Amino acid sequence: MVTSITSFGRSGLYDWMVQRITAVILAAYTVFIVGYIVCTPDLGYEQWSTLFSYFGVRIFSLAALLSIAAHAWIGLWAILTDYLTTRMMGAKATFLRVIAQMVLGVVTATYVLWGIEILWGF
Amino acid sequence: MNKNRPVNLDISTIKLPITAYISILHRVSGVILYAVAGILLYMLDASLESAASFAELKESINTPLPQIIIWGSLAALAYHMVAGIRHLIMDCGIGETLEGGQNGAKIAFVVAAILIVLAGVWVW
Repeated sequence: MVTSITSFGRSGLYDWMVQRITAVILAAYTVFIVGYIVCTPDLGYEQWSTLFSYFGVRIFSLAALLSIAAHAWIGLWAILTDYLTTRMMGAKATFLRVIAQMVLGVVTATYVLWGIEILWGF
Repeated sequence: MNKNRPVNLDISTIKLPITAYISILHRVSGVILYAVAGILLYMLDASLESAASFAELKESINTPLPQIIIWGSLAALAYHMVAGIRHLIMDCGIGETLEGGQNGAKIAFVVAAILIVLAGVWVW
């Protein structure tokens, strides 16, 4: 079984730490954005685009985006190595899992690049 | 060890404790959030592109299907965050016993349910 070479940091302890740091960043970002939207009932384009024009907000958003990429990779790796296994899927399991991880890699890279384009492109 | 021992990991035949449900739902909500991230990026794109696309988005998300998607996303987010905070608290050594884990799971379910209802109230 080829599992550890497809994990995020190739070490369980390192992945464990990254999962927690990214979780804290994502929780902080969620509270910030959801809190802002809830506390601004008549949100208009002017106010919204001004918020995202601040360098700090863009960097915070980028940090959240990169956190999603790392956090999702570690989480989905844990799920895939639990369920796409030889015991559950037979001999093709490793092949199927690597294909699934390649697809997830493309989707994740698309999220990051698209997000950067949105944040710095308006 | 004999490698041919019978193994039963057929989840449908095992009575799961509350801690198993909170763990499985943490995974399910995580997968949902990964998929929903694409929709949220689409909405962020439309909201920032121009004043016209912002107005158009604001108009279009006030219909039943987008409202259900937004509420579902917020529900997954609320649940995943609460279950994640429970993990972080347990990492600090709090609630690590069998009883503590079960109580923590109950608290997490209640807090998540309250947040999910509040999200529904906010959307509608």
